[in-house]
Amino acid sequence: MKRLFVAALAIGCAALAAPLAFGETPKQGGSAVVTFNNDLTTLDPQVGYDWQNWSVIKSIFDGLMDYKPGTTELEPDLAKEFTISDDGLTYTFKLRDGLKFHNGRPVTAADVKYSIERAVNPATQSPGAGYFSMIKGHDELSGGKAKEMSGIATPDDKTVVFTLTRPDATFLHLMAINFAYVVPKEEVDKAGSDWGKKPVGSGAFKFVEWVPGQRIVLERNPDNHRAGIPYLDKLTFEFGQDPTVAVLRLGKGEIDIVGDGIPPAQFAQIMADPANKELIAIGDQLHTGYVTMNVTAPPFDNLKVRQAVNMAINKDRIVRLINNRGVPATQALPPAMPGYNHQNKGYAFDPEGAKKLLKEAGAENISTELYAMNVDPNPRIAQAIQQDLAAVGIKAEIRSLAQAEVIAAGGSGKAPMVWSGGMAWIADFPDPANFYYGILGCAGAIEGGWNWTKYCNKKLDSRAEKADAMVKPDQSEGRIAAWQGIFDDVLKDAPWAPVFNEKRFTYHSARLGGDPTLFTDPIHIPVNYDYIYAKDGK
Amino acid sequence: MIGYIARRLVASFLILIGVTMVTFALTFMIPADPVAMLAGRNATAQTREQIRHQLGLDRPLPVQYVTYVARLAVGDFGKSYARKTDVADLIASRLPPTLLLMLGAILAELMIGIPAGIYAASRRGSGADKVAMTLSFVTVSTPQFVVGLTLLYVFAYLLSWFPLSGYGSLSNLILPALTLGMAGGGWYSRMMRSSMIEVLRQDYIRTARAKGMGERRVLLVHGLRNAALPIIAMIGLDIGIFMSGVVVVENVFGWPGIGQLMWQAIQSLDIPIIMGVTTVAALFIVLGNFLADLVAPLIDPRIRLR
Repeated sequence: MKRLFVAALAIGCAALAAPLAFGETPKQGGSAVVTFNNDLTTLDPQVGYDWQNWSVIKSIFDGLMDYKPGTTELEPDLAKEFTISDDGLTYTFKLRDGLKFHNGRPVTAADVKYSIERAVNPATQSPGAGYFSMIKGHDELSGGKAKEMSGIATPDDKTVVFTLTRPDATFLHLMAINFAYVVPKEEVDKAGSDWGKKPVGSGAFKFVEWVPGQRIVLERNPDNHRAGIPYLDKLTFEFGQDPTVAVLRLGKGEIDIVGDGIPPAQFAQIMADPANKELIAIGDQLHTGYVTMNVTAPPFDNLKVRQAVNMAINKDRIVRLINNRGVPATQALPPAMPGYNHQNKGYAFDPEGAKKLLKEAGAENISTELYAMNVDPNPRIAQAIQQDLAAVGIKAEIRSLAQAEVIAAGGSGKAPMVWSGGMAWIADFPDPANFYYGILGCAGAIEGGWNWTKYCNKKLDSRAEKADAMVKPDQSEGRIAAWQGIFDDVLKDAPWAPVFNEKRFTYHSARLGGDPTLFTDPIHIPVNYDYIYAKDGK
Repeated sequence: MIGYIARRLVASFLILIGVTMVTFALTFMIPADPVAMLAGRNATAQTREQIRHQLGLDRPLPVQYVTYVARLAVGDFGKSYARKTDVADLIASRLPPTLLLMLGAILAELMIGIPAGIYAASRRGSGADKVAMTLSFVTVSTPQFVVGLTLLYVFAYLLSWFPLSGYGSLSNLILPALTLGMAGGGWYSRMMRSSMIEVLRQDYIRTARAKGMGERRVLLVHGLRNAALPIIAMIGLDIGIFMSGVVVVENVFGWPGIGQLMWQAIQSLDIPIIMGVTTVAALFIVLGNFLADLVAPLIDPRIRLR
């Protein structure tokens, strides 16, 4: 028996209007200007993989699945409905009627197949290729032995059938990440190497122009399948705008959103100004800042030493150091992530207990190194950690380096300790699995991998695989509970010392309206551009 | 003269070859892996190896270098790692703003340096001279980001005389050009002052004054013409100094030039862009020095053409 999940037909109106119910009715029209310091690198959904281009791509393209605005809750997007076979190995999606690309051509099942194969095809050099490894035919295509994936079939224009080689509960999330977004082949071919500069999608906004180093302009797509979305007629991204200057310009009414966030040096002052109270949206972020310890080499091959580090760090003080822009972390998962254990209080700050543990471990005079990225506030956080460690007798020398060098030192296993701040440490999709395999599991604990602790617990890995095989909707609670258990057990082995979970503060102009969750959307970072609106729109 | 030019050209070419070798070696000596940056944290080892292979990073360094130079010779700077687009196009689109900014900065430094130098020389030893020379010292030694942010805050934010950032009109150009040219202006004012003092000691100045020419005319006609020559010879060298300055100034003012492109490429370790911008910048520096070498003997015959 197959189970059928039919999405509400009126998804564009009913379901999506819900988070916007906060008094004022959104208006259609008007425009907004967002500033960024750096120009975007690309708008190619199969290639773009940094926090900045991530959400702009989300506004231009669509995938089979998406999230309810401002939440981490999955819902069908280009798909009207989908079914999952009992063994969890076959996913069948039915496309909505009347879907159109910005060039006017209808979106078909073949486009879905082409786009995912494009991500996997080595010629694309997509950083997301590995995400689709559970689809049958992945290895053949990525190894250059096939031109397409045998696991994606299109029996008709409106139907896409995926055959997987293993059940994977994250599959629906993967249909909602940028790498799976649907692109029109003819436009990709026509643009050649310029494709990333002139995107054509089916999303809320149409691409208008990109003046390198200066601006990207998008306009409302009137044919968007979500009726009435987006609200803004025009969306402009201005580049080369230092956030300090952007804050000044926002004060003068020249721009609407400081895309890079509030600069640390001005944070206290801006927050203290009562005029800004309505203009700063505060939200959770799928982020954990932590210290990794390389468990394969002394002194951190000793569990007691790792636990002592966890107890030695005064997280409250570090949170104050970053102007309370976060909350002390108790575990690897951030509070907004499914699977977060509210009962688990983690390691309490206990320098005496830490000293005792170090004594038991026979490791009272440890000298080590702490790698950190050299951009504020990370060196200051590293210094605070250094002082806390010194207080229990661990001498840590700080290696403050460029991001790429810290990543390289962590990946090679050369760094005994790494402070993770500034390494773009935000989940790609809101599922606990995304916080495990690459950064805590055996898969990432290889040379050049992102599991800098090199912690590889085969038992936990197999529990993770079992959890991800629970694909049925009625198993989802059990699956999240299983993940909770996995993360609780990771904490017992203490390869990380979780320090804080960042909160997001988005500073926007008074003329923009929309629920604060849209300005701190956990998926669209920094802002869900599709659902915010201009109060002075027509 | 032709032999001299030919020798300078050959030397310039050798310098450029050297520059490509050094930047290539330096870029690959950085203890960081562009593949890890590109592939992200959930990439499998297989994906990483594939990307490494696609970028050609698994080949021996000398092979990579030779490929790079061979492509360079036909104007192919390769493709950006993160953007996947042609580096030559990226640089071509960013070069005009940078050249405009440098032109503005040259005008700014001449407009600051020459009048200030003449003024100080004509009132040598006075309070005004001391103030001018102290100021020139301050402008030479203040870091550009401090100058830039201060000018922005005062003239763009507090006084609203100029836009806070952007590109496209003359009012956008003034503050960044001033920031970039300020240090050169201070430097030139000192050069102009000493050059002018030297000129004012000459016999022809005494003759001009003796025949009853007004002081202003003496300074601006006889003095300026002769005293400004060494400064003009220096402008070629400024191009080199500006090429490093644009990285800072373009980032402060949001100027869409190659300095900004370079800064972003460094952050993401986009080696083809770093290499490309370095090569183009080196080309301009070498060109500037070449021009300075050409102009110098014309201005001062004591510099022999060797």
